[in-house]
Amino acid sequence: MIDNSPIRTFIAHLVLVLGILIVAFPIYYTFVASTHSLQTILRPPLPLLPGDRFVENYSEALFGGVGRIGGVSVATLLFNTTVVALGIAIGKIIISLLSAYAIVFFRFPLRMTFFWLIFITLMLPVEVRILPTYKVMVDFGLIDTYAGLIVPLIASATATLLFRQFFLTIPGELVEAARVDGAGPWRFFWDILLPLSRTNIAALFVILFIYGWTQYLWPLLVTNRNDMNTIVIALRKMISFADADTEWHLVMVTSMLAIVPPILVVVLMQRWFVRGLVDTEK
Amino acid sequence: MATVDLKDVKKVYPGGVEAVKGVSIAIPDKQLCVLVGPSGCGKSTLLRMIAGLETISAGTCSIDGKVVNAIGPTERDIAMVFQNYALYPHMKVYDNMAYGLRNRGMPKDEIDKRVRATAQTLELAHLLERRPRELSGGQRQRVAMGRAIVRSPKVFLFDEPLSNLDAKLRGQMRVEIKNLQRQLGVTSVYVTHDQLEAMTLADVLVVMNAGLVEQLGAPLDIYEKPASTFVASFIGAPPMNLLPLRSGQLEGAVSLPAIPTNAATIGFRPEDCEVGADGAAAEGGLRLMARVQGVEPVGAESFLYCEAAGGRIVVRVPGRTAVAVGDQLPVLTRREKLHFFGGDGKRV
Amino acid sequence: MSPRVVFPNKILPYLLVAPQLAITLIFFYWPASQALRQSMLREDPFGLSSKFVWFANFKKVLSDPNYLNSIQVTAVFSIATAAVAMGTALLLAVMAEKVIRGRGVYRTLMIWPYAVAPAIAGMLWLFLFNPSIGSLAYGLRWLGINWDPLLDGEQAMALVVAAASWKQISYNFLFFVAGLQAIPKTLIEAAAIDGAKPTKRFWTIVFPLLAPTTFFLLVVNTVYAFFDTFGIIHAVTGGGPGKATETLVYKVYNDGFVNLILGDSAAQSVILMVIVIALTAIQFRYVEKKVHYG
Ligand SMILES: Nc1ncnc2c1ncn2[C@@H]1O[C@H](COP(=O)(O)OP(=O)(O)O)[C@@H](O)[C@H]1O
Ligand SMILES: [Mg+2]
Repeated sequence: MIDNSPIRTFIAHLVLVLGILIVAFPIYYTFVASTHSLQTILRPPLPLLPGDRFVENYSEALFGGVGRIGGVSVATLLFNTTVVALGIAIGKIIISLLSAYAIVFFRFPLRMTFFWLIFITLMLPVEVRILPTYKVMVDFGLIDTYAGLIVPLIASATATLLFRQFFLTIPGELVEAARVDGAGPWRFFWDILLPLSRTNIAALFVILFIYGWTQYLWPLLVTNRNDMNTIVIALRKMISFADADTEWHLVMVTSMLAIVPPILVVVLMQRWFVRGLVDTEK
Repeated sequence: MATVDLKDVKKVYPGGVEAVKGVSIAIPDKQLCVLVGPSGCGKSTLLRMIAGLETISAGTCSIDGKVVNAIGPTERDIAMVFQNYALYPHMKVYDNMAYGLRNRGMPKDEIDKRVRATAQTLELAHLLERRPRELSGGQRQRVAMGRAIVRSPKVFLFDEPLSNLDAKLRGQMRVEIKNLQRQLGVTSVYVTHDQLEAMTLADVLVVMNAGLVEQLGAPLDIYEKPASTFVASFIGAPPMNLLPLRSGQLEGAVSLPAIPTNAATIGFRPEDCEVGADGAAAEGGLRLMARVQGVEPVGAESFLYCEAAGGRIVVRVPGRTAVAVGDQLPVLTRREKLHFFGGDGKRV
Repeated sequence: MSPRVVFPNKILPYLLVAPQLAITLIFFYWPASQALRQSMLREDPFGLSSKFVWFANFKKVLSDPNYLNSIQVTAVFSIATAAVAMGTALLLAVMAEKVIRGRGVYRTLMIWPYAVAPAIAGMLWLFLFNPSIGSLAYGLRWLGINWDPLLDGEQAMALVVAAASWKQISYNFLFFVAGLQAIPKTLIEAAAIDGAKPTKRFWTIVFPLLAPTTFFLLVVNTVYAFFDTFGIIHAVTGGGPGKATETLVYKVYNDGFVNLILGDSAAQSVILMVIVIALTAIQFRYVEKKVHYG
């Protein structure tokens, strides 16, 4: 009962609605702009309600091949971004699962050395080793390839630490039982460990998918060809010219297409998302 | 100096659960009222309504003759001891106790005097600089008490304050709480599900069941004259033996006194039974045969778990007993120690 | 703890860690060591030879007014972003704790920005506040404010801070809500009975008990403002106008890739590395603290 006088509740709702307005407005406004013609956009203020150019704008952007980004259609960009986001999320999960499995369920020389080597990468984000990493990419011929966009980003300490943490909670009796039943390490991994890790994997997937989708610096470095751009980079290129030339209505459509998929993932998988956030930060 | 008056108080939670269904209790000044009942019967809800932590759905709650329904907990001038103590983990014991006084704008030196005096009474003086997590369970409990006492409020509220302590400490604290409450003379409401705690502490005992008051009165009155089978089986340990009557007859009874016409259940307490000795003692009383199925010697007394034709019963005998499992015993109860209950469970 | 039950294989574990280890060595340790080496080399103007100069590059970088400016810009940007993002999120989380109806809806709407790439967040805000076509810029001018973030350094800073904090509100909100929910309700009730009014309760009970969450978020927000906002700066201001929004990370990129001053850029990278290590260490101290708490 304490605190829930009608006035207080009303104020709370009011503040929240204001907060939501601030949080959602830029996205809503972008949507509105994406349904108006270029002429309307160039004469502010923009109407607060969507216009009638939804179909035209979206089909032009998706299939027309937008001049400013070298004739690459947004569909190609979306495809690239999806490949990168999925590649990073799945790749990270696989290699982290494997290394955490090795570190927890096996004893071998250099085990702790490996663990620390992985752990310390927490302190080496791309931003602090930009140039030399770029050189490595050039030497391996990975510029403008999917592998170049994905592989360097899939090693991460966070996911490995998370799985290690989780594996440590699995009782040893389970391993013993598996061994008594004659199950080898692979059987144990597939039949027991993987099913038990489902929740963790789902939670991690959401976080990593968003991480992959929103990458900026790395794709900026390793792509030169327009048809290898991710949608975020392409957007940046679309508005990098003087205002007058920018086809804002198409920029707005592209923005919408760039932010809707990850928003859908976060909203639809909200339960996993919140869990994943909290888990990965422990 | 305060009375607490509840008039037909009801509580319906937002989800639709009706936790308290119309309770009226008048607690006189300086008395300790204990609410006892099984878990989920609405005791905490009732207490929290007195505290102002829950809104009152219907009826009125008055403190000191003033209706407080619309007054928040901050202004009710009550103090509460929570089951988990609810000590502020980031404050030292001293600050935990001083917090309420500071909020009321008391001068610093006055606060200091009061906190130290209360700490002295509760033997907490050496703990004032510690934080709650550096205290044992019993010490935390004392701090929670101290935080309530130091404020000298109109009313103390306790919600199962001893249930997190081990049995020995619980016994000690029970006595201490009773003494403190007498000394300070502060009207108190005490919630527990432990009937022993209830019996020993209460000036006014309220037995609750399913959101309603089953019986209200002095503890021994309730013990001697339980108003219903529910109260009979809740107050007293082991509980009263209750056997069903069929058309005025008890199956397997050797002799039976006159039975009220509408009685459906006969009850007698384990400690009111006599074993073996027959004759005059049972004149006009109940006499039945029972087969012993278990013997529990506790030292000062022994409990016999028996099977009678009408059902299972427990019999208490003083000291050691020579009775063995398998024995067939006559069990006697005097007429005035028998209780009768109607078909609705109410005393007749 | 009893020793863990393990599988006896000798070769398999190496195969299992191999992929992660290979990637780590090739893309993390080798480049990091190269950055270290490069930071102590200086190339001649034609890039034909280089010589070992010990800490000369660091000395040069740390006495460069542009770098000192960049440190200042980063500090202002980080503090402002963390303050705005955390303050707003805390206010909203506290309000969300108060309401019973509509909690889920509020949360769902509140987490959207998390899914928006920082660079796009920057572009959305730029679009809103673009001096020639932004509707809100139009509004500001209508209010008589001489608004042009493309020319005015302070306005540019305000714009990137707004975009950066906007994106971080979701994250902070979720953690503050979790932190608030972890505070036992009985403590608040006890404080109410102890005569503390709502505002007092917040500052004397809720806020202190929220300290671990706040501190954790402070570190996370600082790391975010330092590193993850590169996209915002790059997309919105390009470090300008002048060098008004040139953060440390942006400068590393700019000196290395655009201006091709390798030694300086590498020295800056190493300085950043030291900062990350410090922040990570602080974060782990916090984790230990949290274990001790309660
Ligand atoms: N906040 C609440 N919302 C809905 N129902 C509640 C709430 N608190 C308690 N109840 C319900 O009210 C009934 C009485 O609860 P309570 O007063 O806590 O019982 P007691 O303290 O006697 O164990 C229970 O059925 C419980 O489930
Ligand atoms: Mg209770």
